[in-house]
Amino acid sequence: MRQAVIDEQGLKTLVSQLASDISRRNRGVKNLVFVGIKRRGVPLANRLAKELSLNQKYRIPVGAIDITLYRDDLQLVAETPICGGSEIDFDINGRIIVLVDDLIYTGRTVRAALTELLDFGRPKSIQLAVLVDRGHRELPIEPNFVGRTIKTRHDDLVDIYLVEEDGTDGVFLTRR
Amino acid sequence: MKPRFKHLLGIELLTRSDIIGILDQTESFLEVLKRPIPVVPALRGKTIVNLFFEPSTRTALSFSLAASRLSAHCVNFSFPSSSVQKGETLLDTARNIEAMRVDGVVVRHSMPGAPHFLARRLKAFVVNAGDGCHEHPTQALLDAFTLRQHLGSLKGKRILFVGDIAHSRVARSNIICFSKLGARVAVCGPPTFLPTDIEKLGCEVFYRLDKILYEVDVVNMLRVQNERTDLSLFPSIREYRALYGLTRERLSKLDKSVLVIHPGPVNWGVEMDFEIAEFPQTLILNQVTNGVAVRMAVLYLLAGGHEET
Amino acid sequence: MKKPERVLLAGGRVVDPGNRRVRIWDVLIQDGRIAKVGKQLRATGAQRIDCRGKHIAPGFIDMHCHLREPGQEDAETIATGTKAALAGGFTKVCPMPNTDPPIDSEALVRFELARAKEAGFARVYPIGSCTKARAGKELAEIGSMKQAGAVAVSDDGSWVDDPQVMRRVLEYCKAFDLPVISHCELTGFPYGVANEGLVSTRLGLAAGPDVSESAAAARDILLAEFTHARLHIAHVSCAATVSLIRWAKARGVQVTAETCPHYFTLTDAALETFDTNFKVNPPLRTDKDRQAVIDGLADGTIDAIATDHAPHTKSAKEVEFDIAPAGFIGFETAFSLGYEQLVLAKKLSLADYVSRMTTAPARILGLPMPCLQPGADADLVILDLKARWTWTRDQVFSRSQNSPFFGRQLHGRVIGGFLGHKQFWFLHPA
Repeated sequence: MRQAVIDEQGLKTLVSQLASDISRRNRGVKNLVFVGIKRRGVPLANRLAKELSLNQKYRIPVGAIDITLYRDDLQLVAETPICGGSEIDFDINGRIIVLVDDLIYTGRTVRAALTELLDFGRPKSIQLAVLVDRGHRELPIEPNFVGRTIKTRHDDLVDIYLVEEDGTDGVFLTRR
Repeated sequence: MKPRFKHLLGIELLTRSDIIGILDQTESFLEVLKRPIPVVPALRGKTIVNLFFEPSTRTALSFSLAASRLSAHCVNFSFPSSSVQKGETLLDTARNIEAMRVDGVVVRHSMPGAPHFLARRLKAFVVNAGDGCHEHPTQALLDAFTLRQHLGSLKGKRILFVGDIAHSRVARSNIICFSKLGARVAVCGPPTFLPTDIEKLGCEVFYRLDKILYEVDVVNMLRVQNERTDLSLFPSIREYRALYGLTRERLSKLDKSVLVIHPGPVNWGVEMDFEIAEFPQTLILNQVTNGVAVRMAVLYLLAGGHEET
Repeated sequence: MKKPERVLLAGGRVVDPGNRRVRIWDVLIQDGRIAKVGKQLRATGAQRIDCRGKHIAPGFIDMHCHLREPGQEDAETIATGTKAALAGGFTKVCPMPNTDPPIDSEALVRFELARAKEAGFARVYPIGSCTKARAGKELAEIGSMKQAGAVAVSDDGSWVDDPQVMRRVLEYCKAFDLPVISHCELTGFPYGVANEGLVSTRLGLAAGPDVSESAAAARDILLAEFTHARLHIAHVSCAATVSLIRWAKARGVQVTAETCPHYFTLTDAALETFDTNFKVNPPLRTDKDRQAVIDGLADGTIDAIATDHAPHTKSAKEVEFDIAPAGFIGFETAFSLGYEQLVLAKKLSLADYVSRMTTAPARILGLPMPCLQPGADADLVILDLKARWTWTRDQVFSRSQNSPFFGRQLHGRVIGGFLGHKQFWFLHPA
């Protein structure tokens, strides 16, 4: 059974809320950089940065991170995943990084992203923003900014679509 | 991606899309190499043995670096210190490796087919780092990658190999690789350096360098393999250089857009004059840098994933 | 093996290579000889073997094999080798003298014969070496070896490089009407582990060109013409050698030739996987050569088919391709391969094919003419030509298992036969 949880308009609203939460918490956007986790964290990071750059002289740098090479299950998956490569072409030393992903679940992806980010330098701090939190954490990791928390069972599927990747915006929940 | 191949034994066994897959993967490892900390944990806990039955410095080093930048353990086992001299057979060596439970073996051997021999007997994956006069697939991949960086695509490009094709595993792997990627390949050298039926591999054959040198997009110079050739193949270094060397004179007439590659180590003053090093389009050092990234891609693709049960 | 008084082979198709005929006939064997041949024979009290649907042919003669004894008994012995020969339908075999020590004296010829008699399998007709210790320098005691039972001389495994020595060998053998068997391979070329051509170029294998064989054959053919002596060219593998022999025969040179099943069955394309079981000397060549060898057999340029049965231990073959010894075992697959490639492929009639393994080698070596006529020794094989079978390691009689033909579907099979008084059965008679 598959149902729409967030529609196009709802998703737009959530992104705006996330943007203003980030700005409020950091008292502005100075010294912020955004890093999206590939793949759908990247367009989200771009949207947030664009929203927060409006009426600002400061353009927030946006990077992308591919955590494939840092996965803790590389030796367990049958197929070697293709690594897409990370693109962080700015210095992260001393900056406040807002790490962005579309979904947080077990927390393992974020763990990998944190490890990888620290190989790029020593940021002042790292904050985590996600569009959807579906629970079931397996590591002590909590996001600083959450668009929407959705109660799920372990075997539910949460599909998030973004125009940039999928041609449409929306979040769907499939019960099995 | 699960690679279609379990081992990397030769370019001949790869399809065009296999090759392109490896080259694409190499891009992301090149990015890793530019990071402040150019190490990723992808192959943490894996053990790779460099089995070098033939002396090599740069290839062994390149594979070691590639393995360590993927956080794999890499152990070097090279000919002078090995037990090969004590009469241990390759089969014994293979069984010992098996007993030590390593994940991958990078092998260089003076005899064609030695990596294939190991691949048939080991559970570990095998990478051919050069087997006699047969193949040297990672060299071909890194050369293709280097050329792709500069040309975008090899399709329709004319690539000339100059020198001892017969005794060169690089020539074999590169000719096959570049052809699979759509390049038009020609070879040039004294007939004694050209193996029988080479034209049947789809190459044009030239005996006179000046007839073809100025028509091509890429010149792939080859090393005169002093250690492999006997003097009945060519009369003297002097005559070889005059007829087939990339000399200052030839260089001065060469279009500045032509790319020059060489698998190294170069015999300066034999196949190439030292001035080539300053030629704008000499990619010899780019080849070396890309070598590590290509080998990371190969090790990553072969070592990743668990054993199917 | 039991010793029958009288045996009647009933209803089989009798292949008579001498008369190039195949007829449904009964064969009556008595006291190790053929007593009667004809339609619907009566033989009260005889053991009756129903041979309907089977073929009966004279026992095959392998004029070129390696039994490894003395010297390499871990690879093969005269006993294991001659048993494997029987399994392939060969009732007579000629071991080459490249043993350790080489068969270059009367005593060693007698040693081989004694061992063969002890074993009691296929009959052995030794080939002595041309030169002492096969060194290519001094004549061996060819006359004494002939007296002891040698049927030919050869330095097989090496070519007699020195033309003066080869000339002397050819001349000397005229006194004994012995053929000189030449292993044609020029010295001076680097030892080729594969045929020189596209395949060796692709695989980077140190190759030997076919001209190494044909140029050597050319010299020996011309020496045979010059000395009016008898020359036999061993294991012809390439088109150029076939043409040279054809030319020589037309000129009246006393030259004969043999080839082996692998040269008309396989090509160098088989080397792709670097499997040392495909390494053989002369090396597998191109398809053009394979076709030329078949044409040579068809028009009689190549007289005989021999196996070049070459056993090697597993440890000797389990090494890099370059250093593996050349050759593979051949007795047990020879008939089936030839039947498939020559008879089923309609290049030779069955009788002509059988003649290449019976009357042709007998004529070259001066052995009694194999035939199924009253009075002849009852050396014969019974064949099931309809059989489709796959050869596996557990069926091997040879002491070694180096063969490229395991797992291959084979056509036609030797099911048993007679060796004088003895019957041998590898499959139960119908």
